[in-house]
Amino acid sequence: MPVEYTERSLLKYSQQIIELFRNPKNVGEMENPTVTAIEGDPKCGDMMQMFLKVKDDKITDAKFLSFGCAANIATGSMVTEMVKGRRVDEAEKLSIKEISNKLGGLPMLKMHCAVLAHKTLRKAVQEYKRKKVEGGAPKTPT
Amino acid sequence: MKVYLDNGTTTSVAKEVLDAMLPYFTEKFGHPIFVYSLGQEAADSVEKAQKIIAKTINARPGEIIFTSGGTEANDFAIRGIAYANKKGGNQIITTKIENPSVLRVCEKLEKEGFKVDYLDVDSQGFVNLNQLRELISEKTALVSAMHVNDEIGTIESIEEIGRILREQNHKIYFHVNAAASYAKVPINVERMNIDALSISAHKIHGPKGVGALYLREGTPIEPITFGYISLFTLKPGTENVPAIVGFGKAAELAFNGFGKNVEHMLRLRDKLMAGIEEKIQHMVLHGPRGNKRSPANVNYSFKYVEGESVLLHLDLNGISVATGSACSTRKLEPSHVLTAIGVKPEVAHGAIRFTLSRYNTSEEIDYVLEVLPRVIENLRKISPLKPEKF
Repeated sequence: MPVEYTERSLLKYSQQIIELFRNPKNVGEMENPTVTAIEGDPKCGDMMQMFLKVKDDKITDAKFLSFGCAANIATGSMVTEMVKGRRVDEAEKLSIKEISNKLGGLPMLKMHCAVLAHKTLRKAVQEYKRKKVEGGAPKTPT
Repeated sequence: MKVYLDNGTTTSVAKEVLDAMLPYFTEKFGHPIFVYSLGQEAADSVEKAQKIIAKTINARPGEIIFTSGGTEANDFAIRGIAYANKKGGNQIITTKIENPSVLRVCEKLEKEGFKVDYLDVDSQGFVNLNQLRELISEKTALVSAMHVNDEIGTIESIEEIGRILREQNHKIYFHVNAAASYAKVPINVERMNIDALSISAHKIHGPKGVGALYLREGTPIEPITFGYISLFTLKPGTENVPAIVGFGKAAELAFNGFGKNVEHMLRLRDKLMAGIEEKIQHMVLHGPRGNKRSPANVNYSFKYVEGESVLLHLDLNGISVATGSACSTRKLEPSHVLTAIGVKPEVAHGAIRFTLSRYNTSEEIDYVLEVLPRVIENLRKISPLKPEKF
């Protein structure tokens, strides 16, 4: 059996993550979102719901709810913070690496948390595009 | 306020223990095998620790072998007895809720050709004794069961298992991992018909890196480590004398006033449980209530929140606890114990374990009961899961 060393960094959180866990941003339910999306499964230990308000293809507000660990809450905060003010097609191009870098790096074992936030965002954006094709640009209720 | 409620993981070294250990690093540092006075002083101190510990479990001093901890004691007992009794039978019976230090050893033995059966447990963690009776065969050489489950505090019917094994036509050796019960629940190796018992110092305010295996005289066992024989023929290598002295002192302290210590922990346990059940909705207790539960263990799942987030928020408030959440481990799977008692994964992810020691106070429990409901409420506010969705 080859030797395998377990790095402590597999589990260690950066200061940015702890700070966003302590004081999360954009957390909570949004009233009248343009789109919402849920990803993950509580059985696997993490789940995220994201809400976007979009006006003329531009994200004007983003919020999220989280059932998950500190990494999940921190990445949700970071992703919603990063997409506010961006156009939907730009938001869709946001990479996991960009998110992770902004968080001061994610512990290896927690990368799936960043993947979940990223997936939830993409799902919300795709939902927006689908609605737009189906019935013109979805209106943000006022 | 700092509140340490993870005593089931490890404990602080008691001041008296540290004081007893210190001279053995610098002045009384001799090797116990040699006849000069420094050596004999060390050997005497090891014998003294054997005597203290033997008395606490109704064993004889010579039946106590020191190890590097509970993990090594479990490995030594299980593999040692399995190898030595291979001719008689290659079947081992254990349970699904053992500590990894037992399960991983059993898995290794399976790879080596032994047959291992894992007993089921009920929803409170009690081992299925009927299944044990059915599985016992003429090939059964060893049964290994834990006394108290380290995660959910279930006190297993060790005496009953001992009785079942005694009634068989051939000798079946009985190993008990007592790391979570030692100094909390009475142990009597005679009454319980135990042949091998593992305990660990750092769970009872002793130092880390030392444990002990009680081994009934006459039990066939093969050594699993080899080298220079010092005091123990089956366990070569230089004894960790300062740690052994500390273990003896820790046992002495824990058992002086055993009843009082247990009563104190029971009071705190019941106060914490009553407070949680009064103040927090949608919680699930893991393990039994009352006198079949360890006085030191409280374990609840708080639905719709994830355990690691609870753990870290409590930590930000100075409170240390453990969680059964997958996210806090390297494996990303929920606890095998919670799975075995039938807890759904989404509930297991919210499990929080509080483990007490005689040094915890009523004020500390008040503080936890003030902080915890707030933490759960705040995390539920940001959770996409809501009671009505279930």
